[in-house]
Amino acid sequence: MPYDIVVLAKQVPDTKRVTGDAMKEDGTVNRAALPAIFNPEDLYALELAIEVKERFGGSVTCLTMGPVSAAEVLREALYRGADRVALITDRRAAASDTLATSYILSCAVTHAAPYDIVCCGRQAIDGDTAQVGPQLAQKLSIPQVTYVSDVEEIAGSLIRVRRHTDYGMQVVEAPLPALLTVTDKAPEPRYPAMKRVMKYKKAMSPAEAEARGLPSPMGDMLIETWDLDTIGADIERCGMAGSPTKVKRIQSIVLTGSGYHEVQPTQEGIEGLVHELIEDHTIG
Amino acid sequence: MDSKTTNRKGDVWVFVEAVQGRIAEVSLELLGKGRELADTLGVPLAAMLIGRGVEGLCRALFSHGADKVYLSEHDMLSRYETHAYTAAAVGLIRRYSPQVVVYGATSMGRDLAPRIASTLRAGLTADCTDLEIGDHEEPVSREVHKDLLLQIRPAFGGNIIATIVNPWGWPQMATVREGVMKMPESNGSREGEIVRFSPELSAQDAIVRVVEEVPAERRVNLKAARVIVAGGAGVGSRDNFKLVFDLANVLGAEVGASRAAVDKGYIDKGHQVGQTGTTVRPALYIALGISGQVQHRAGMSDAARILAVNSDPNAPIFSIAHYGITGDINEVVPMMIRAIRKRV
Ligand SMILES: Cc1cc2nc3c(=O)[nH]c(=O)nc-3n(C[C@H](O)[C@H](O)[C@H](O)COP(=O)(O)OP(=O)(O)OC[C@H]3O[C@@H](n4cnc5c(N)ncnc54)[C@H](O)[C@@H]3O)c2cc1C
Ligand SMILES: Cc1cc2nc3c(=O)[nH]c(=O)nc-3n(C[C@H](O)[C@H](O)[C@H](O)COP(=O)(O)OP(=O)(O)OC[C@H]3O[C@@H](n4cnc5c(N)ncnc54)[C@H](O)[C@@H]3O)c2cc1C
Repeated sequence: MPYDIVVLAKQVPDTKRVTGDAMKEDGTVNRAALPAIFNPEDLYALELAIEVKERFGGSVTCLTMGPVSAAEVLREALYRGADRVALITDRRAAASDTLATSYILSCAVTHAAPYDIVCCGRQAIDGDTAQVGPQLAQKLSIPQVTYVSDVEEIAGSLIRVRRHTDYGMQVVEAPLPALLTVTDKAPEPRYPAMKRVMKYKKAMSPAEAEARGLPSPMGDMLIETWDLDTIGADIERCGMAGSPTKVKRIQSIVLTGSGYHEVQPTQEGIEGLVHELIEDHTIG
Repeated sequence: MDSKTTNRKGDVWVFVEAVQGRIAEVSLELLGKGRELADTLGVPLAAMLIGRGVEGLCRALFSHGADKVYLSEHDMLSRYETHAYTAAAVGLIRRYSPQVVVYGATSMGRDLAPRIASTLRAGLTADCTDLEIGDHEEPVSREVHKDLLLQIRPAFGGNIIATIVNPWGWPQMATVREGVMKMPESNGSREGEIVRFSPELSAQDAIVRVVEEVPAERRVNLKAARVIVAGGAGVGSRDNFKLVFDLANVLGAEVGASRAAVDKGYIDKGHQVGQTGTTVRPALYIALGISGQVQHRAGMSDAARILAVNSDPNAPIFSIAHYGITGDINEVVPMMIRAIRKRV
C-alpha cells in the first residue's frame, strides 16, 4: 500500500562554523556570514521518507518555510528524491516562535494533503528547541513519535518504528496518519543522484527566476511558492502577533580561541574566574 | 483558559517525571529552583504528578520543597504515553491555572511539554540553563511587564545565550536542562497538601503502543553533561583522581579522562574523551593535567568554554583554551573547590 509523506526541512546557518567573524558588534550572530545548509537531522527525515517510498510506494513532498533563498534546500530535496516541493515564504511570518511556526506549517501540510506520514527532524541547529515537531503534530491532531531512528514496518494504517530515549530503545506502534521526528541515529542520508542533479538544477521559484530575468519556470521545474493566504493561515496566529515568547536579550558566548585568558593560580584569581563563569550562566 | 490572560496569583508548578516508581533527579532539582521562584513571587510551589499508583511519591516531593501536589491518577497513565499525559496535564493546567510550569529537558519533557504548550497555545522556552523573576519592557510600546519568568537558554549550537520572556500566552512554560539546578536538601519533616484530580481520558488518548523495550544501561552520561571535569596523566594516580571527582561533585559535573589516564588505570574507559572515546560538547570543559594531544582535542574542542590547568605553560591544550591556569592541579583544584563552595 502506497504512503504519501510530507517532510519538513529547515534551512539553517551552519552553527558549527561560528567564529568571531560571524558575530556582530552587539553580540548577535551575523547569519549572512555563515553558510546556509539543510538542517542536518532534516536530511535524515528526508532519507527515511524516501526509503519508505521505495519500500511501499507513494510520494514524498518536501516543504520549507523561510526566505526566498530557502528554495536551495528544496532543490537539494529534489536531487535526493523528493517528488514535489513547496516554499512557504511571507514577510508576515517573520519572528514566529515555535508555536506560530508550527501553526503555519500545519496550514501548509494541510494544504499539501493528502498525507499519511509527516517527517520532521528532531531539532534545528539554530533555534535548537526541538519543539516544532510535537507542536505540529498537535496542530494537525495526529499522534507524534519522537526520536525515531528506523521504520520497522507499515501495515495498512499502522506504523511500527524504533526510537531512542533516555530510558533506552523502544519499538512502538502508532496509527496513521502520524508525525515522526527523526534523529541522526537513522540510516545515513544518500548523496544526491547525478541524474537528478542534472535534471533539477534549473528548478526555481518564480521569485528566483524573476531575479535572474528568466521566464517563470513550469511543470517539474517550478518550485511552488505559497504565502500565508495560499495556505489559509489566520494572520493573527502568525509572526510576532502569534508568538507568545519574545527574545528579550542575546549574549554571545563565542570566544575567538586566539589566545586565552590567563588566570593566576591564586585564590583571588580563581575566585574571579568562578565569579565570571557564574555570571554568564556557564556554571550555576 | 484564554491564552492571552495571565494569572498572577497562580502557583509555580514542576512537572514530575516518574518512571517505574522513581522520580527523575531533574524533577527534584526543579523543585529547588521552583521554591526560589515561588518565594520571589509569593505564591505556593506545586508538583504536577501524573501516573498510576504514584501517590507514595508525594512525600519526596514535599520534602524537596513542594507545598502541594496536584495528583492525576488513571489506569491509562500507568506508563508514559505522550497523548494521554498531555490530556492529563492539560486538564490540570486548565483547571488550576498555574502561572509557571517547568519540565526537565529530558527526552520525556521535550516530547511532552511542546504538545501541552501547543494545546494550550502557550509559550514554551526550550532547554533552559537558568530561570529568574524580573521585569520586561516592550521595546516599542514601552509597556512594562512586572515579575515575568526570565528564561535563559543557549541557542545557535551553544554560541549564544538568549533570555526569553512570555508576556502573554500563560502559563509561562520552560524545559530545563538536567544537572544545572542545585539539588535541594531533603527535609523529611516538611508536609504538604495533595490535590486529587481525575483526568478525563478516552481510548484515543493513549494511542501509541510500546511493543518492545530495551532499557539503557546506566552509563557515564558524558554526552548530556553540561559541565565536564576531565583528568589526564598529570593527575598522577588512581587515588589522586579523587580530586577530579571532588571538583566534579561541587559543580554537578560528569567526569572525563584522557586515554593516558585510562591506560594507566586511573579510571574506567567509559570516561574517555577523544577520537577513540566520546565526543562531547559541554558548556564548560575543565582539563586537569591533560596535555591536549590532537586525539584528545578531537573529542572536546567544540566545548563552548575550555578551562585548562597544567603545570607546563607550553602544553598544547592552552592553544584551544579560553581560560588557562599554569599551575599544579594539586594546589589549584582545592582552591577552585573552595571558590565554588564560597559562592553557595
Ligand atoms: C536565540 C533564539 C532562541 C529561541 N528560543 C525559542 C524558544 O525557547 N521557544 C520558542 O518557542 N521559540 C524560540 N525561538 C524561535 C524559534 O527558533 C523559531 O520559531 C524557529 O522557527 C523554530 O524553532 P527551531 O529552530 O528551534 O526548530 P526545531 O523545533 O528545533 O525544529 C524541529 C524540526 O521542525 C521542522 N522545522 C522547524 N522549522 C521549520 C521551517 N521553518 N520550515 C520547515 N520545517 C521546519 C524541521 O523538520 C526541524 O528539524 C528562538 C529564536 C532565537 C533566535
Ligand atoms: C590512534 C590513537 C587514538 C587515540 N585516541 C585518544 C582518545 O580518544 N583520547 C585521548 O585522550 N587520547 C587518545 N590518544 C592518545 C593521545 O595521543 C595522548 O597520548 C593522550 O591524550 C595523552 O594523555 P594526557 O594528556 O593525559 O597525558 P600526557 O600527554 O602525558 O600529558 C600529561 C600532562 O599533565 C601535565 N601535568 C603533569 N603533572 C601535573 C600536575 N601536577 N599539575 C598539572 N599538570 C600536570 C603535564 O604537563 C602534561 O601536559 C590516541 C592516540 C592514538 C595514537
